Amino acid sequence: MEILVCVKRVPDTAENEINVSRDGSDIERGDLVYSVNEWDNYAVEEAIQIRDKVGGSITVVSVGDGDAEEVLRREMAMGADKGILLSDESFTGSDGKGIARIIKAEVEKGSYDLILTGAQADDGAGQIGGLLAAMLDWPYASLVNKLEVLDDKRIKVGREIAGGNQEMNEMDLPCVLSIQTGINEPRYVGIRGIRKVASVEIPVHKASDLGLAPESVGAAGAKVKRLDYFRPELGEGAEMLEGSAEEKLEKLVEILKTKGGLK
Amino acid sequence: MTQQIFAYIIQKGGKIDDTALELVSAAKKINSASSVTALVAGAGETLAAACSQAAASYETVWKIENEALAHVNAEVLRGMLVRILPKESIVLIPHEHFGMDLAPGLAVKLDAAYLPDAVGFEEITEGKLKAVREEYSGQVSTHLSCDLSGGAVITIRPGSFAGDESKALSGQVVNKSADAAAEGIPGKSRRFIEVVAAEVGDVDITKSEVLVSVGRGIEDQENLEMVNELAAVMGADVACSRPIVDAKWLEKSRQVGTSGQTVKPKVYLALGISGSFQHMGGIKGVPYIVAVNKNPKAPIFQVADVGVVENILEFIPALTQKVKEVKG
Ligand SMILES: Cc1cc2nc3c(=O)[nH]c(=O)nc-3n(C[C@H](O)[C@H](O)[C@H](O)COP(=O)(O)OP(=O)(O)OC[C@H]3O[C@@H](n4cnc5c(N)ncnc54)[C@H](O)[C@@H]3O)c2cc1C
Repeated sequence: MEILVCVKRVPDTAENEINVSRDGSDIERGDLVYSVNEWDNYAVEEAIQIRDKVGGSITVVSVGDGDAEEVLRREMAMGADKGILLSDESFTGSDGKGIARIIKAEVEKGSYDLILTGAQADDGAGQIGGLLAAMLDWPYASLVNKLEVLDDKRIKVGREIAGGNQEMNEMDLPCVLSIQTGINEPRYVGIRGIRKVASVEIPVHKASDLGLAPESVGAAGAKVKRLDYFRPELGEGAEMLEGSAEEKLEKLVEILKTKGGLK
Repeated sequence: MTQQIFAYIIQKGGKIDDTALELVSAAKKINSASSVTALVAGAGETLAAACSQAAASYETVWKIENEALAHVNAEVLRGMLVRILPKESIVLIPHEHFGMDLAPGLAVKLDAAYLPDAVGFEEITEGKLKAVREEYSGQVSTHLSCDLSGGAVITIRPGSFAGDESKALSGQVVNKSADAAAEGIPGKSRRFIEVVAAEVGDVDITKSEVLVSVGRGIEDQENLEMVNELAAVMGADVACSRPIVDAKWLEKSRQVGTSGQTVKPKVYLALGISGSFQHMGGIKGVPYIVAVNKNPKAPIFQVADVGVVENILEFIPALTQKVKEVKG
């Protein structure tokens, strides 16, 4: 099975406090810790498990600037066979459809049976898999948390639906799936693995390599454009307990008592 | 603006989802004068009930009935919608499990703009809608401009628009089933098999009066021991956010949120939980929420009643000790 996994380099929101730059044109990127989008690790892990079971190979692909190479390398250290970076000045300002168009052009250069994406990334939009599938005219399932290869033409997938229930479907290959967390436990990537792929060459494909007209991607091709970043309007918010740790404890226990939090 | 606005209604067993009323408010922000049409799809007897319920809030309801929609399949429904939706329509869809499945592909097939996960609309100038989205787990917001001229598919985050409760309408139900299936049933490449119901755990957290809920801030499975101890002295049950279940540290039945349980305790103590909207979706209407987080800007402090900025790894044992003292 030839599997393509789309991955993205994102600021790690568990590690960082994200702030808006003074003029609102971007977030402050100076001291940010970046990592692979959490959901993408689950997608790569799933791809590895499939390949190890039925054979084939895994390509990880990312649309981004030169720095995105580091996440491709990390996923290769995890077990992906090959990485491709899609990078061009003209890609800047692409909306979701633009990104999907760029990836579609790469997909058409290869011959893939299965494409996996993370369920969502830092913007929460969860759009690339569904857009890409429709552009390719391939079937799609979102929020997949179970996957079983039936034969070389069909897979069985479980989709997450509300309330912890799961919807089982059978799908034809080739198809696109967005992978939800919980499907597996992504393996640990050790320093040795990282070293092993440190010098592997990662091809960079530009708009011209992909046969993309510059006006079809980037800000030129985007119907949805980002205007600015801003601090969310804060609601009333919590009453914050102040003072020493001891004082906070006393106040909190008092509150828990009056609100029925201690039985 | 002459474009028609449509709202996709999530319905189950003849009952429409809360988001149905939220989409009315969202649509009115795009065009307060426009008549908004509800799209209600499904099969069987209960569909009529869902349609009439929707008709209390929408001027027009398009009923799309087909056996193939008995369990709604995004691929089948998309094919049907593409046949019946007028050119350049604006389609609003809830940003939840089914909406995320349906919406992006629909935007491609309608050749419309795609704006996912909107939490607010500010204005329209020259056919461009200025919308708000939250990014980076709710830590920052962003304004987006969406060109509506060629139509648009927009998903709306549940709970971000107030539900329009006016319910004064007696809308007209129009049966679009024949048109939608005129060329046969679209899409057979994804076939529904069954729904597997959530496992039942040893504790039913939906019945708990007090919940001590723990998130990724707990860092290590071993640290759950201190959470159990705190819950024990408080007389509470232990719940959690999703990453804890994903790591298999606690069973799925303890997960609070849109893809977990909706809980109604008197007091909800959230420890090391950032407050993603999917998590908060499970504690709507909880009378008292206390949050402890080391990041003073964690979004959960916006919805909690009381907040404490502390490292939970130190705070939990100290709190356990204090509760013990107080209870004697
Ligand atoms: C379709 C879909 C459905 C989902 N359904 C759910 C759902 O039902 N329930 C759910 O919970 N999530 C759900 N999620 C996941 C959700 O988007 C978030 O990823 C998740 O809620 C984050 O959990 P968290 O707050 O524990 O972790 P994080 O967002 O990583 O937050 C951890 C928090 O702990 C704080 N922290 C870290 N260390 C410490 C410390 N030592 N002391 C104090 N604080 C500390 C950090 O500041 C941070 O605020 C869903 C996602 C999708 C895409």
